[in-house]
Amino acid sequence: MRLIFREVFLSFRRTPSLSALSIITIAFALFVVGLFGLVAVNLRLALADIEERVEIVMYLRRGTPRAAAVAARADIRSFPEVESVEYVTADAALERARSELVEFRDVFGDLVTNPLPASLEIRLKPGFRDGQNVALVAQRLTGFRFTDDVRFGREWIAKLDRLRDITAAIGLFVGAAFALASVIIIGTTIRMAVIQRASEIAIMRLVGATDGFIRRPFLLEGAIKGALGGLAAVALNFAAHQAVNRTLIETSFFSDAQAGLIVLFGTLLGLLASALSVRKHLRQV
Amino acid sequence: MIKFNKVFMAYPKGSLALKDASFHIKKSEFIFLTGHSGAGKSTVLRLIYAEHQPTSGEVRVSGYHTTGISSRETSKLRRRLGIVFQDFRLLVDRTTEENVAFALEVTGTRRGVIGPKVMRVLTQVGLAGKARSYPGQLSGGEQQRVAIARALVNDPFVLIADEPTGNLDQRAARGVFQLLQDINTNGTAVVLATHNLDLVRRANYRNIELQDGEIVFDSGNDTREDMDE
Repeated sequence: MRLIFREVFLSFRRTPSLSALSIITIAFALFVVGLFGLVAVNLRLALADIEERVEIVMYLRRGTPRAAAVAARADIRSFPEVESVEYVTADAALERARSELVEFRDVFGDLVTNPLPASLEIRLKPGFRDGQNVALVAQRLTGFRFTDDVRFGREWIAKLDRLRDITAAIGLFVGAAFALASVIIIGTTIRMAVIQRASEIAIMRLVGATDGFIRRPFLLEGAIKGALGGLAAVALNFAAHQAVNRTLIETSFFSDAQAGLIVLFGTLLGLLASALSVRKHLRQV
Repeated sequence: MIKFNKVFMAYPKGSLALKDASFHIKKSEFIFLTGHSGAGKSTVLRLIYAEHQPTSGEVRVSGYHTTGISSRETSKLRRRLGIVFQDFRLLVDRTTEENVAFALEVTGTRRGVIGPKVMRVLTQVGLAGKARSYPGQLSGGEQQRVAIARALVNDPFVLIADEPTGNLDQRAARGVFQLLQDINTNGTAVVLATHNLDLVRRANYRNIELQDGEIVFDSGNDTREDMDE
């Protein structure tokens, strides 16, 4: 084991700039993935926050009997997606308008008849608050005889959903491109290391070192570079997150498990790159 | 020990390097493999240490059939062989003792055992005093002794030497040859490929002569008998 670490250390010393380049590429690849990840994480938090406030408002036709509204409330409450239903009478709506829209208090005060309709306000259970489910429930609500109109933030819910999907997709795509670049660069450094140590490897073979033994320092080298790149990426992401917090908006950072996943991914990337390269080039020595 | 039975060897693009070679090398035997360059001497040695596999026929080394041998088995086989080349093949950035220890380190020998073993073989080849010298500070003869020490340190049953004196002046060549004879006296078989006829004449060992890939002379000449054993 000591011997392997010595070989790895020697290899770093022999090609410091190439080693640094591999680490930096991996770091950038994972930094980019991480940035998009951060955006996705924060979008998801924001969406959850907004979605919690998602309400579907079902306006009732004027003159709908109270009994019918109450029956409908019970009916809607039994939908599997629905968390709660509130019946807001026309009077209550006016009352609310008066207290909330202070600027128009005078207008509301002068009214002879109440222009506001009664409504049912529906809240969905967590997990059903995305655009698709909201639209589905809303559609069902239009089926009631006394439904005048159903309102919900259909468009912006769908837009937020799409934004989250697009962010994740771009992150994956750009990250994959960088990951490929880092696989190629790590592969090249390993290739150079193999060529540089060709005579050593030939001697190792002659005295009976196994292929696994010969391969191990190269694999370890790749894994270490990957892990260092992953750590650097997490550090860069943290710096970016701090900068955004200071200048723009308060954002959340990865959980420890997510940060660990980035480092692990870097390690695996380094390992994969060196495994591919060493397999190919050892045959030529 | 080492048995060649009707061995043919063809390189991917080239004529036959070895044609119908059959011989048997016994325990503790000393054998000269002679012939001009390109006669097939190195091919025979490569077949012994499983660098190549025969195109047809059978090569058996210490119980291993080298046809279709796995890389793991090849490693195991080579730990039982000592191999020496004309160009020494030392690591120039390591000292004498590090070069010898390298063969033990990469085969997973325990650290505690390495030091004493290295000193023992360095003493055997007469280089105990130069343990900390680098190859660049040694003469050709001394470098070849380091290579021999490295080949011996795993206690091989046979030492395979491909033109070990090819790069040496006559005096150094004789010194290395004397060392190989001493090693043989201690019970290790030696297969020495050479075209240095001076050495061949100096000792009355079995001589297998190759010409264009064919065995044209074998002073042991007991091949048939051995194959029937």
